[in-house]
Amino acid sequence: MLELLIIFAKIAAIVAPLMLGVAYLTYAERKLIGYMQVRLGPNRVGPKGWGQPIADALKLLFKEIVIPSSADRTLFLLAPVLAIGPSLAAWAVIPFDDHLVLANIDASLLYILALTSVGVYGIIVAGWASNSKYAFLGAMRSAAQIVAYEIAMGFALVGVLMAAHSLNLREIVLAQSGGIWHWYWLPLLPLFLVYLISGVAETNRAPFDVAEGESEIVAGFHVEYSGMAFAVFFLAEYANIILISMLVTLLFWGGWLSPFEGIPYLGALFAFVPGLVWLLLKASFFAFSFLWFRATFPRYRYDQIMRLGWKVFIPVTIVWLVVLGIAVVAKLPPWFA
Amino acid sequence: MTKLWHSFKSLFLWELLIGMRLTGRNLFARKITVQYPEESAPMSPRFRGLHALRRYANGEERCIACKLCEAVCPALAITIDSEQRGDGSRRTTRYDIDLFKCIFCGFCEEACPVDSIVETRHYEYHFEQRGENIMTKDKLLAIGDKFEAQIAADRTADARYR
Repeated sequence: MLELLIIFAKIAAIVAPLMLGVAYLTYAERKLIGYMQVRLGPNRVGPKGWGQPIADALKLLFKEIVIPSSADRTLFLLAPVLAIGPSLAAWAVIPFDDHLVLANIDASLLYILALTSVGVYGIIVAGWASNSKYAFLGAMRSAAQIVAYEIAMGFALVGVLMAAHSLNLREIVLAQSGGIWHWYWLPLLPLFLVYLISGVAETNRAPFDVAEGESEIVAGFHVEYSGMAFAVFFLAEYANIILISMLVTLLFWGGWLSPFEGIPYLGALFAFVPGLVWLLLKASFFAFSFLWFRATFPRYRYDQIMRLGWKVFIPVTIVWLVVLGIAVVAKLPPWFA
Repeated sequence: MTKLWHSFKSLFLWELLIGMRLTGRNLFARKITVQYPEESAPMSPRFRGLHALRRYANGEERCIACKLCEAVCPALAITIDSEQRGDGSRRTTRYDIDLFKCIFCGFCEEACPVDSIVETRHYEYHFEQRGENIMTKDKLLAIGDKFEAQIAADRTADARYR
């Protein structure tokens, strides 16, 4: 009984800050995009608009969930759960520090890869269950996009696996120790870029947001959703952004390791900073870049997305896997010695 | 060679980075939003807002019912009836502007030989009942009385160019 309570407490300790992060990521997004468009963004609710996400959440809570008469009720209500479930469950294996991890399992990278792909079912089921043309088109686009990008993403992870000789996220981070030049972003630079961009595509964010495509198919898979059911899709999207930023940090940017490690004086000067701070700093930079991308790039045309996924990313990753294989076998210093 | 250079640039996301530099710079640029109810955008003395009928300083209404405004109005928004008043002067008995028809072009203001019909800077108004969109003579004169100081100042500021 007590054990169960402790597990629940641990889950709450991860999910509660995550949900808060999600709420304020929506605020940061509106504010940042506003700033980049020389506007001010929301600034009316509370001091400087800090109350905006709470006001939004309350509004959505009190709104009616309209279920279209021809929709499949069960699937329609199940879809948001399918979307948010995996994006929260994936956090179980994320190591926040050397010892701070809920489930330190050996195949955590595989687990992550599986769960981030399962999240797409929420979108596909939502598009199917809505029984609406636009929603269905959105689901189809999302499915095609995921097929194209999942492969490149998987190959990028294979590169990390080859470099670290482990599927355990904690060991992957520890294999990168030794300062900023030892982190995998440098030897795995093409894979890092492919993973980051596929991550943007995987979370259906601009410029890969064809599944939503406001100007083309209204709101895509969630046209028919309202109230809290819609809010759950929103939560899932932003939870996924944070998750992907966290993974990019762990896999390519040395996780909780200090960037000053191995540099004389500076390394000792910043030794007191806990690893969690570095991890969150790095992850928030990538979350910021998601918003930055959205403020900068127009949506890709559908065929361009397919071209990028199949004809650029997959060849690039395969070529780099070969290069990496040679480097690992040759024990190329300083990374693989 | 150019093809090679092109693929090199696309592989290293060169143009995308230039785009991100632009938005990144704007992030720190001065924001141009005007916080409307508290602040308002600068306004020209020639601003064409709600109409008004003016009076002379002695309280006599300026309008002499020449109907030039009615004639010039491209939207046919102005309706005027007139008769001879007791003292022999020609005055309007009815001066209606339908604000639903009015396009705020300012031609009435320009046509008026006695600066009677003017458009004020006032633009924050609304209607709650059907029919309130018809500005009658009484309403127009009341607006003129209320904003006379501003209207006169605006005419003076613009006098050089008229």
